Amino acid sequence: MIMKLDTEQRDRLLSIGFPVLLLLIWEFVVRVGWLDARFFPAPSSVLVALWDMTVDGDLLGKLWLLPGLIGQGDWGGVQQVIAQGNLWVSLFRIFAGFLLGAIPGIVLGVLMGMSRSVRVAIDPVMSALYVLPKIAILPLIMLIFGIGETSKIVTVGISSFFLVLINTTVGVRDIDPIFFEAANNYGANRWQMFWHVIIPGALPVIFAGLRLSLGTALIVIIAAEFVAAQYGLGYLIWFSWQMLEIENMFAGLVVIMLLGALFTGGLQALEHRLMPWDREERAGPANIPGVEAAT
Amino acid sequence: MTAKIKAVGVTKAFSSGDRTVTALHDFNLEVQEGEFVCIVGPSGCGKSTFLRILGGLATPTSGQVTLVPGKNGAPLQNIVFQEYAIFPWKTVLDNVAFGLEMRGIGKAERYATASEWLRKVGLSKFADAYPHQLSGGMKQRVSIARAFANDPEILLMDEPLGALDAQTRAVLQEELLRIWEASRKTVVYITHSIEEALLLGDRVVLMTAHPGTFKCEFAVPFKRPRTFELTGTAEFSRLNYAIWKELQGEVLRAMEQQL
Repeated sequence: MIMKLDTEQRDRLLSIGFPVLLLLIWEFVVRVGWLDARFFPAPSSVLVALWDMTVDGDLLGKLWLLPGLIGQGDWGGVQQVIAQGNLWVSLFRIFAGFLLGAIPGIVLGVLMGMSRSVRVAIDPVMSALYVLPKIAILPLIMLIFGIGETSKIVTVGISSFFLVLINTTVGVRDIDPIFFEAANNYGANRWQMFWHVIIPGALPVIFAGLRLSLGTALIVIIAAEFVAAQYGLGYLIWFSWQMLEIENMFAGLVVIMLLGALFTGGLQALEHRLMPWDREERAGPANIPGVEAAT
Repeated sequence: MTAKIKAVGVTKAFSSGDRTVTALHDFNLEVQEGEFVCIVGPSGCGKSTFLRILGGLATPTSGQVTLVPGKNGAPLQNIVFQEYAIFPWKTVLDNVAFGLEMRGIGKAERYATASEWLRKVGLSKFADAYPHQLSGGMKQRVSIARAFANDPEILLMDEPLGALDAQTRAVLQEELLRIWEASRKTVVYITHSIEEALLLGDRVVLMTAHPGTFKCEFAVPFKRPRTFELTGTAEFSRLNYAIWKELQGEVLRAMEQQL
C-alpha cells in the first residue's frame, strides 16, 4: 500500500529518516564487529557517554549545586559552577568574540561600502590580513592579552570581524543606486539614509556574513581550546583523546554539531523576524517543468 | 501666471577617459506654475538627463536651472522614477509615507495622509504588503502615491509608465489625469509616447536626437477634465500625426546613430 504524503511531511521524513538510517547502520556495523569499537564507538555508547558527562557535571557544570548556592546568596559559587561547565565556557567565548568582531565589522563595512576613499585605503590591508589563519596568530594574541579568557575571545572576534566586514561591504555596494537617489530626492539626511536605506538594503548579505562568522567562531574556539585552555568543548575533546576516552571525544563532537545546527536555526529565525520582506520564493531547478518535482 | 521652472542653456557632457559625450546641448525650457509639460524625444536624447538635473540628482556642465520655491514651506520637487524605486524592505504604507517621515512628520499624521493616498490609487487593501507581492502597475501606483503624498510643488516624472503593458498603462494614465486635475501641480513629464503626452499634457516639447536639444513645441488644446475617450477623436489623431511627422526624422537619426 502506498501512503500519500504531502510535500512537507515527505521532506520532514527524509530529513530525519536519513540521518537515523545512517546511525542505525553505524550501530549495526560496530555491533557485528566490522568496525573497531575502541576507535569508532557505536552511537549508543556515545549517547551513554553524553549522558554520563551531563550527570557528572563535565558538560554543563554541577548544576545540582545551584539551588543551594543561590539560596545562600553565594553568587561567586554560582559563577564557579557555570565556569566549570565546558559547554557554557565555550558558548561564552563564542558569543563574546562574535559580538566583539561583528559590531565593528558592520560599522567599518558600511563605511567601506559607502566611501570609495575608505575602501581604497583599507581594502589591501584587509585582504592581506584576511587570509591569515586566525588560529596561527593565537600565540601573538596571547603575547598581547595573556593566556586568560581575553585572548580566546579576541581570536574569535578577529575571525568574525573579517567575514562580517567583507559581507557588509559587498552588501552595501550591491544596493541599487536608485534607492539612494530616491531617498535623497525625498530629503533623507545621512542618519536617515543609514537607517532607511543602507542597513535594510544590505541586511540580507550582512546576515550571510553573520552566519558564516558564527560558524567560524565555533571552529576557531574549538581549535584554540585544543591548545590553550583548561575548560571548554575543545579542551574536553582534546583531553578525552589524550586519556583515550574515545566515547567522550565523540560525545564532544556531537555537542559541537548540535551547536552548529542550533546557531544556524537561530539566525534563520532572527532573519525571518528582521526581514519580513525577504520571503520571495526563488525558483529552484525543481520548479522547472521536466525536472522531477522534488519540492 | 508665473514661471515655476526656468532652464537656460542647459548642457550636460559626460566624459570617460579622453572621450566626451554631450548628452544634452543648450536646452531651454520654461514651465508655468500649474502647467503639465510633457517632453518627448527619441531614445538617448538626454530627456531623462534633463529631468535628473531638474531633480538635483545631476549637475549641468553649463547653463542654469531655477526652480522657484513657493511660500508655503512644502517640498519643492519630487521625482517619480521609471523603475519605481520604491523600497522593497518597506511596506506599501511606509513607502507612501516615506517623504513625510523624512520630513519628521509624526506617525499618526503621516499614516493618515498615506492611507488617504492609497485609497485614491486603489491600494488600500495592500497597505501592509511588501512590494515584491505587487505587480508592476501596482508598484508604480505606490511610487506615484509616494510623490503626491509628500505634496511637493513640482512633480518630475521620468517615463513613469514606460515599463508597463499597454492596458495597465491606459488605466494608470486615466488615474494620473484624475489625480492631477484635482491638484494641478506643476509637472514635467518625460515620455517617448506622443499619445501619452497629448492625453496628459498642456504642452508637448519635442527634443532632437543626440545630442538632445529643443526642437519645437505644441500647445495641447483639449479641455479638461480629460478621459481616455479623447484618444478616439479626430483632432487627437490629427495632432498625434502632426507631432509624429516632426519627430520621425529625429527617431530615424537616433536609430542611425546606434548602428
